Amino acid sequence: MPQGFRLLTFDIKMGVKVLLDNDHIEGIRYYDTYRKHGGYRAAEKAFKMAPADIVEEVKKSGLRGRGGAGFPTGMKWSFLAKPEGVPRHLVCNADESEPGTFKDRYLMEFHPHLFIEGLLISSFALGSNTTYVYIRGEYAWIPDILEQAITEAKNNGWLGKNIQGTGFDCEIYVHRGAGAYICGEETALIESLEGKRGNPRMKPPFPAIQGVWMRPTVVNNVETIAAVVPIINMGGDEYAKIGMGKSTGTKLLSVCGNVNKPGVYEIDMTISVEEFIYSDEYCGGIPKGKRLKACIPGGSSVPIIPANLLLKTAKGETRMMNYESLSDGGFASGSMMGSGGFIVLDEDQCVVRHTMTLARFYNHESCGQCSPCREGTGWMYKILKNIEYGKGKMSDIDLLWDIQRRIEGNTICPLGDAAAWPVAAAIRHFRDEFEWHILNPDESQRRNFGLAHYADPIHIPASA
Amino acid sequence: MTIKFSEQQLNKVNEIIARYPEGKQKSALIPILHIAQDEFGGWLDAPVMDYVAEILHILPIEVYEVATFYSMFNMKPVGKHLLEVCRTGPCMLNGSDEIIDYIKEKLGISEGETTPDGMFTLKPAECLGACGYAPMMQLGKFFREHLTKEKVDKLIDELRAQEKN
Repeated sequence: MPQGFRLLTFDIKMGVKVLLDNDHIEGIRYYDTYRKHGGYRAAEKAFKMAPADIVEEVKKSGLRGRGGAGFPTGMKWSFLAKPEGVPRHLVCNADESEPGTFKDRYLMEFHPHLFIEGLLISSFALGSNTTYVYIRGEYAWIPDILEQAITEAKNNGWLGKNIQGTGFDCEIYVHRGAGAYICGEETALIESLEGKRGNPRMKPPFPAIQGVWMRPTVVNNVETIAAVVPIINMGGDEYAKIGMGKSTGTKLLSVCGNVNKPGVYEIDMTISVEEFIYSDEYCGGIPKGKRLKACIPGGSSVPIIPANLLLKTAKGETRMMNYESLSDGGFASGSMMGSGGFIVLDEDQCVVRHTMTLARFYNHESCGQCSPCREGTGWMYKILKNIEYGKGKMSDIDLLWDIQRRIEGNTICPLGDAAAWPVAAAIRHFRDEFEWHILNPDESQRRNFGLAHYADPIHIPASA
Repeated sequence: MTIKFSEQQLNKVNEIIARYPEGKQKSALIPILHIAQDEFGGWLDAPVMDYVAEILHILPIEVYEVATFYSMFNMKPVGKHLLEVCRTGPCMLNGSDEIIDYIKEKLGISEGETTPDGMFTLKPAECLGACGYAPMMQLGKFFREHLTKEKVDKLIDELRAQEKN
C-alpha cells in the first residue's frame, strides 16, 4: 500500500440538496436571478393554501429546529396563541453565536431571497404582519444585504400591503444585536429585541403565549425558516422522505478546525461521519495527513468525543451524520447534532487548551442572572487555566467535575448546561490528558499530549 | 464635541423607531446605540448615552444597563481602528494565539491597550462566527479572515498609509 494511503470504508455518493442546490448560480443573491430559478414559487403556492394547511405541511415534513435544540417546528408553530385583537410575531433568530457555527451567515449572505421567501411563507402561516430578524451585531455587513433583498422583494410585490392580492400585509425588519451569545436563547433574544439586557426569562409563560411585548411569538432559526421553502415546494411528505428516521430533510453543517476544506455543507443525513470527514465532497480529510484526535460535532456546547467514538458508536455501528446516530450512546459515548457546528481536532491539538478557551467563552457570555452559571463558569475557567499553564493539582479534575455537575440543570436557561457539557465531556474522555498536564507541568508547556488509546481507528500508518 | 445627531441621522433614528409598535420605542435602543457609537468617537460616553435616553424617552439608567451588557459597546475610548481578534476554540485550533502575540509585539501593546498614536486598539474577542475562515478579526464593519502574519503586516501598513493621506 502506498505511503499515507487511507483505506476508505464508504461509497462516495452525492447527497440531496434542497437549500444550497442553487449555490453555484452566479447572482442568486439578487431577485431576478432567484426568481428565474424558481424563487417565490413556494410563496405563490402557499398563498393558495390556508395558513393552517401550511402548518400541517411543516408538521408532516418532520422539520426540527435547526438552531440546536432540534424541537419539531410544526409543533412549535401549532402552540402559537391566537387571541382576538392581539398582534402576533415571527422573530427569526439570526444571532448565530455558538462557536463552530457559521451556517446562517452563509444562507443570509449568499441566499437572502431564499431566507426572505421562507420568512414570508412562515409569516403568512403564523399570521405575523411584522416579522423581525434578530441578527448578531458582529455580522454588521449582512443587514445591508438583507435590506437590499427586502427592498427588491417589496418592489416586486412580495412584501408590504396586500401581498399578491391576498389581503395579507407583511413587513420584515432587520434588528442588529450588539455582541451577546446569550441572545441566541429565545427569551433573551426577546428581551434584547425589547431594548433590554439579554437576560433569559423564566418559562412558562412560553413565547408562544407571551413573547415580544407580551404578544404571542414564534422564534425560529434562519435555516429552519429557509427549509420551509422546499417543504412547501415539494410537500411535507416528500421532504420527510429525505434523511433517515426522525432526522428528516437536509442539514447545513459548518465545518472548522483541522480539516482540508472548512466551510458550509448541506447533507441529507444519510452519510457516515467518516465519509463526511474524509470524502472530497465534504471536509476532504485532515491537513498534512495528520490523524484525527477528536471532534465536537454540533457546536461548542455539545460533548467532545474522541475519534474512536466518533466514527463508530460504542456498539460498533457506523456513526451517521444525523440527530439520532450522533447522540447514540447518550453523553457516555455519544454527542449531539446541535447547531451543526462541526469542530475537528487533529493529533497535535491540546484538549485542555481547547476546553479552556470554551470555558473562557462561556464565562464571558454568561448573563450573570443565575449564580451557578455566573460563578461556576468563571471558576471552571480559572481551574482550567491553571491546569493548562502547569499550575494544576490532581484534585482540580474532580473539582471541575463537581462544579460542572452543579451548574447543569440549575439555571434559568440552557447556557449553564452549554458551559457544563464541554468540560464534563473533556474530562470523561480525555482525563489522562488532564492528568498528564498536572503531572508534567514543565513538559506540558513545551509540547502537547498527542494521541492516546482514542487514536484514529482507521488510520493506516505510513510505514504499513 | 456637540452631542447631536445630524438631520439625516435623526431621520434614520425615527425610521428605526417606527419599526416597533407605538410606545415600544425602547426596542430601538441597541440599533441607535450602534449609530451613536459610530458617530461619537467609537465609544459611549455618559453624555452620549444620556442623549440616546432623551431621544427614546427612557431613563438614562435604562441605556447604561444595556450599553454595559453588550460587548460591542465600548465603555472607554478606543483607537481609531479596533482590532478584535477571535481566540475561541476553532480560531485557537488555527493559530489565533500566534496572531494575537504577533500583533502585540508589532504594535507594542497588550490586550485591551491602544497605541500611543491613538491608531490601534487590540481587543481579543470571543467567537465571532467565522470559525471556518480562522484565524480572523473584526475590523470595523467587516471581517478579515484566514489571517497570517503577512496579512497583519499588510493590513496595518494600509491603515497607516490611509492615515497619512
